[in-house]
Amino acid sequence: MSAFAGSEANETFVLNLGPQHPATHGVLRVKLTMDGEYIVEAEPVLGYIHRMHEKMGENRTWAQFLPNTGRMDYLHALAYNHGYVSVVERAAGIAVPERAEYLRVITAELNRVSSHLLWFGAFILDLGGFSPLLYAFDDREHILDLLESVTGSRLTYCYFRFGGVYNDIDDNFVAGTQAFIKRLRGRMPMYHNLVTKNIILMTRLKEIGPISAEMCRKYGATGPVCRGSGINFDVRKHEPYSIYPEFDFDVPVYEQGDSMARYMVRMDEIEQSLRIIEQALDKLPEGPVMADKVPKILKPAKGDYYHAVETARGSFGVRVVSDGSNTPYRLKLRSPTFSNLSLFGEACRGMLLPDALALMGSLDLVIPEIDR
Amino acid sequence: MHVDPEIIRLLAFLIGVIAFAALNAAYLVWLERKEAGHIQRRIGPKEVGPFGLLQPLVDGIKLMTKQLIVPAGVDPVLFRIAPILVMVPAIMSFVTIPFSETLVARNLDIGLLAIFAFASVNVLGLLLGAWGSRNKYAVISAARVVSQNVAYEIPMLVTVVTLVMITGTMNLHNIVMQQQGGFWHWNIFNFSASPLMPVAFLIFFVCMLAETNRAPFDMAEAESELVAGAFTEYSGMGFGVFFMGEYANIVIGASMATILFLGGWDCPFGLFPGVHWFLIKMYFLIFTVIWIRWTYPRTTFYGLLNLSWKILIPISFFNLILTSAMLKVF
Repeated sequence: MSAFAGSEANETFVLNLGPQHPATHGVLRVKLTMDGEYIVEAEPVLGYIHRMHEKMGENRTWAQFLPNTGRMDYLHALAYNHGYVSVVERAAGIAVPERAEYLRVITAELNRVSSHLLWFGAFILDLGGFSPLLYAFDDREHILDLLESVTGSRLTYCYFRFGGVYNDIDDNFVAGTQAFIKRLRGRMPMYHNLVTKNIILMTRLKEIGPISAEMCRKYGATGPVCRGSGINFDVRKHEPYSIYPEFDFDVPVYEQGDSMARYMVRMDEIEQSLRIIEQALDKLPEGPVMADKVPKILKPAKGDYYHAVETARGSFGVRVVSDGSNTPYRLKLRSPTFSNLSLFGEACRGMLLPDALALMGSLDLVIPEIDR
Repeated sequence: MHVDPEIIRLLAFLIGVIAFAALNAAYLVWLERKEAGHIQRRIGPKEVGPFGLLQPLVDGIKLMTKQLIVPAGVDPVLFRIAPILVMVPAIMSFVTIPFSETLVARNLDIGLLAIFAFASVNVLGLLLGAWGSRNKYAVISAARVVSQNVAYEIPMLVTVVTLVMITGTMNLHNIVMQQQGGFWHWNIFNFSASPLMPVAFLIFFVCMLAETNRAPFDMAEAESELVAGAFTEYSGMGFGVFFMGEYANIVIGASMATILFLGGWDCPFGLFPGVHWFLIKMYFLIFTVIWIRWTYPRTTFYGLLNLSWKILIPISFFNLILTSAMLKVF
């Protein structure tokens, strides 16, 4: 397959993929050195949507930065909310009521399902199949409606607060979520019949775009990318936070490391997330959703704090350094897609352009989250 | 004043053929959007006119009123001539297609040959347009189109040669006349000539998809890889003409499949043969083409070539040999 790639004697040309290109799903630019349709070298060029979120964090009070988190990864905004409020709670020593933790898990997992559904549609779109996108959007719409009813927004959520969540759920939400779980479970076989078992899709994904476990470790890839390469790492299981240890769920791991493995990891994760939501709804305790006596102006004690959460794309870590004032001294965001994209240059060397784009799609890139 | 009736006939058919091609190009877009809508559980166009039936008209006006941008750096001659090179041969092909026993513009003895000759010009148009665009995506697309068409013309023509051996004529009218009298006379079920005839039809259909650059073989456009492939630099009606040419080619492909395999205007159960049967079969095939497009993802380029060279070509050659042997023996 890569017989011609990389040989010096052949003439190469540079192909600018992006920053406006249908396959990059955003303003990502990849500078490809091509030998015919084979990729000799790929260099992602970042920064087209850089908004200085980290610097913004240093200039705002702890609470003022909260809405920014939902704008980094707009597809799984609640997990980013979760990461930031958790680290601040850790720094300021705020205890969160149990019901609030349950609501956080339920909404974050619903959001994860919606993110994976959108990825599923967009990924098949990258491969040239248009219809599954709209089927997935149909399901995703239900999640957006549910989350809108409780959080008030449909995409860039800012629902979590230091010490809880700002709004309690009602019976409609519980009934709607249960109905949705039933609906999506009924539709998963349809997705598998329409897409997963499609012979064209299989030939395009199986044994294409291999990423080794070693490569994942080298670049710090996390999330479905590393789980598709046989690394069993999920922050929810291995560095448990919130109330995830109370739930019974599996971490899907595939050994093959090809695009199909990453595809299957995400498809399985949808089902696992549904399991978590179902258990959380069953166990949902009564009580307040906000901790009492959270000070209006937070001034966490001096120190260096880190908290990681598992987002739809991998491990998202927030490191804050507090100097005891009302703004963070330093705010560092470790975004999973940045690390996942870093391995693209090495992974796609010698591949054909369509396969490389399938590989890129299987990394599930959200560009604003890479640039932050 | 005496006017040669032949000239009037020619004029009438010229207008008729162009109108048919243009109308099909316009309304196949509507059909495609409507069908795609229903496949995706949407409604499709519905605002302009009843059921969105005036949508193609509005689309046409939109395309025509758009600025025709000829980017700096393109080859001005090739860039402008390419859409015409795609459209004209497509319209020319309609000249020899018999829609019914009497409805044919020109009944040529080499009709089959003429259509395949015209069809191969289509590739040239795409190649020149892409090359003239001086765009890397377009050039990649052009390279794909040419090798794809070379790869798929072989099994297609081998299948057609098999058919010519069976029918003994290249006159499309005669080919249909031999299949009259119910579906068991159609070439697709002509088991006495070769037991592989349904397979031959399938090969022809797949090759037709590839020749017309339709999904899952739409390597030329491949919007998620090559932006718009060969059409990347085209705007306004330049793009529109390419588009129309593409749909005209689909109509021709479906017509050829109807004529060669499905008995042309013959009724499946021997009742009221006529142009309506031809159109029903043709539009059913077109419907299938659109159906496939909105269901399957795109193949890759090497997958496509593998399919042609490793599967389609061997089978079609085997069918050729089998047919010639059976014709000799029986």
